[in-house]
Amino acid sequence: MSLVYSEEQQLLADTAAEFLMAKSPVTAQRKLRDEGAAEGFDAALWREMVDMGWSAIPFPEALGGLEFGCKGLGAVFEQIGRNLSASPLLSSVVLGGAVIELAGSEAQQAAWMAALIGGDKRVALAVDETPRHDPAAVALRATRAGDGYVLTGTKAFVADGLGADAFIVAARTGGQPGEQGGISLFIVAADAAGVQVSPMKTLDSRNHATLVLNEVRVGAAARLGAEGEGFAALDAALDRGRVCLAAELLGATQSLFDTTIEYLKTRVQFDVPIGSFQALQHRAAWCYAHLQLARSTVMAGLAAMDDPTLDAATRARMASLAKWKAGDAAHRISREAVQLHGGMGVTDELDVGLYLKRIRVAQASLGDGDFHVQRYGDLSTAEA
Amino acid sequence: MSTLEDFRRETRAWLEANCPASMRTGMPDGELVWGGRTVEFKTEDQRLWFERMRDKGWFCPDWPAEYGGGGLTPEQNAVLESELRRLRCRPPQINLGIWMLGPVILEFGSEEQKRELLPPMARGEIRWCQGFSEPNAGSDLASLKTSAVDAGDHFVVNGTKIWTSYGDKSDWMYMLVRTNPDVPKQQGISLLVVDMSSPGIEARPIDLISGKSSFCQVFFDNVKVPKRQLIGPLNGGWTLAKALLQHERRAMSKFGEFSLPTHFDLLSIAGTYLPAQAASSPADVALRQRAYAMAMDEMAYSLTAQRMGEEARARRNVSGLMSIMKLVHSEQEKDKFEVLVDVLGHRALGWEGDAFEPQELALTKAWLGSFAQTIAGGSSEVQLNVIAKRVLELPEGNSGKQGK
Repeated sequence: MSLVYSEEQQLLADTAAEFLMAKSPVTAQRKLRDEGAAEGFDAALWREMVDMGWSAIPFPEALGGLEFGCKGLGAVFEQIGRNLSASPLLSSVVLGGAVIELAGSEAQQAAWMAALIGGDKRVALAVDETPRHDPAAVALRATRAGDGYVLTGTKAFVADGLGADAFIVAARTGGQPGEQGGISLFIVAADAAGVQVSPMKTLDSRNHATLVLNEVRVGAAARLGAEGEGFAALDAALDRGRVCLAAELLGATQSLFDTTIEYLKTRVQFDVPIGSFQALQHRAAWCYAHLQLARSTVMAGLAAMDDPTLDAATRARMASLAKWKAGDAAHRISREAVQLHGGMGVTDELDVGLYLKRIRVAQASLGDGDFHVQRYGDLSTAEA
Repeated sequence: MSTLEDFRRETRAWLEANCPASMRTGMPDGELVWGGRTVEFKTEDQRLWFERMRDKGWFCPDWPAEYGGGGLTPEQNAVLESELRRLRCRPPQINLGIWMLGPVILEFGSEEQKRELLPPMARGEIRWCQGFSEPNAGSDLASLKTSAVDAGDHFVVNGTKIWTSYGDKSDWMYMLVRTNPDVPKQQGISLLVVDMSSPGIEARPIDLISGKSSFCQVFFDNVKVPKRQLIGPLNGGWTLAKALLQHERRAMSKFGEFSLPTHFDLLSIAGTYLPAQAASSPADVALRQRAYAMAMDEMAYSLTAQRMGEEARARRNVSGLMSIMKLVHSEQEKDKFEVLVDVLGHRALGWEGDAFEPQELALTKAWLGSFAQTIAGGSSEVQLNVIAKRVLELPEGNSGKQGK
């Protein structure tokens, strides 16, 4: 399990860096925000990302993918984070694609994989219902009706939900909220009767939605995997998303850190650069140390996803470690970045605030620090 | 000439044949082998491993063979290190001379000094201690006062050194002395090597808050040191000291790598001492979360050590990573013991006697001992200065002199 990018992965990262710097710098994200773009991303830019092959990176060749692994994807997400570039790569390809790859039948894969990889359609994963991420807490009900199901309930904080062609919905067909058993996965067309999607305007100006399912009827063919046994595939897909999001957090944090160090070197007060003050040097040095720790856990998380010799619990543990530590470093460093920029740090004019906001949302998405600490500990002690 | 791949194959075969199985586990406390005139072994395997590595010249594999080294190229040495790590071979001995002083003599010493000092060092026959710190100097090493006065064919040394690890058990010391008090402080310092059995030297162990310790204060009372034991130029010792401290940082991070896995395991101790999940009070839940988070940070550290090795092998610059290892490891150890003391509750408050388990008493001592970790070997504040200056290249400060 290597913790450094291979030459090919590094090449991919460099290409992504070059592309995003030219096509999607932070100013582009600011423009989307100012224009109030409903979908939160630029469709033309997304098309270009697809044409570069990014949406094919993680999937097996048999499904039309490049089989280039999560590490390859992580190299791209790190650059996405650096530039705050919005796209449905995480929601539709990494999360949606993984559920269909892991739980879908051949027919379902045939119906969806090419469309997702080709960017012709996109899906959104609808899991959370409570204010904090907890996939076992699913309460939305799916009741058998004839040879199909009727779904009723509400999902919150559905990433890239506005404009999605379909939703992958985690629903309860048995058991109680909090239990992993009894969760089933369904693919629900956005235009099905009883589906209602409304925007949740979030502080990162991305596309998040509330999804209300009011007696939505689906056929048996809409169910992904066996009834009541959807949790394992769901959690494995979430783990891929978690490490990719951790890589995005790492990139955003690295960028914010670099900007802040540059500022410490150039901003003069009391006739000297403020970076010469020991009080600020020590804070900057600690930020550097945490950033390095975070990078190691992200690399290990990405590598774990690609390692077929690991068991599910070890993979899950490494994903939680990466998401926790990347979030922890991002949180520390974004707060320090604002403080070290002084008054300018709280102005909208500076990009620091844009990073702070995106980082806060990414921290809460797919499990915050407390969630992943508990999960890591439970998985570790269960093993021992 | 064999290729590097041949060398890897041969090395792997030799290590598999020669490194006893019991020398391929984590290093338990108190199982370190120290070289020197009176080298001691706890097991026969320790002795075998020591002698085989010594005879192979692999105590210092990349030193020239003429000075007792293994004569390996840097590439071969990297292969050897990766093979040692792959087999989890313990270091055959701990020797400050080889890790820190040797490279400095190789770079700055005279031909005569190399021939005299390096071969016995390379055979592990001398146990070295480091005489840098002095009372009241703290991290401001250059303010040292111990003097060496020119007396013709020798120097006369007077003064005292403190925090000298195993000063009472070492054969020789490499020490910084003041040879010119009338110039700016960094410019009047020289590096001497001294036989600890010389008349006028006394080493007294220091009791710490954790109990007995390996630290000593060493007193010098008109000690005669022959002039040929001056390493590098007179009054040029500061440059050598800085080079030596770089080797120290590297050695300490290596040391940490070997000693890490056998220390108190947070998750299993939390599992033993905290009530089962179902019976947990909210306070137990919070404490368990703290212990988990601490274990995760520890994992992040060991992954970083692993990444540092991989990046070095990929020929990337790892000086930035190396600079954080001591800081992170020592601060994490301190935090970890605080959590462990909380987890054990009253059981962590014992000092001695049968009312407490041996592991509990050991943990209490280790907690008290952890306070020294962020002070010794360059305090955390010094480490932060180093990161700020050398890695982040932040401008020189006006907030007083920075540490080493």
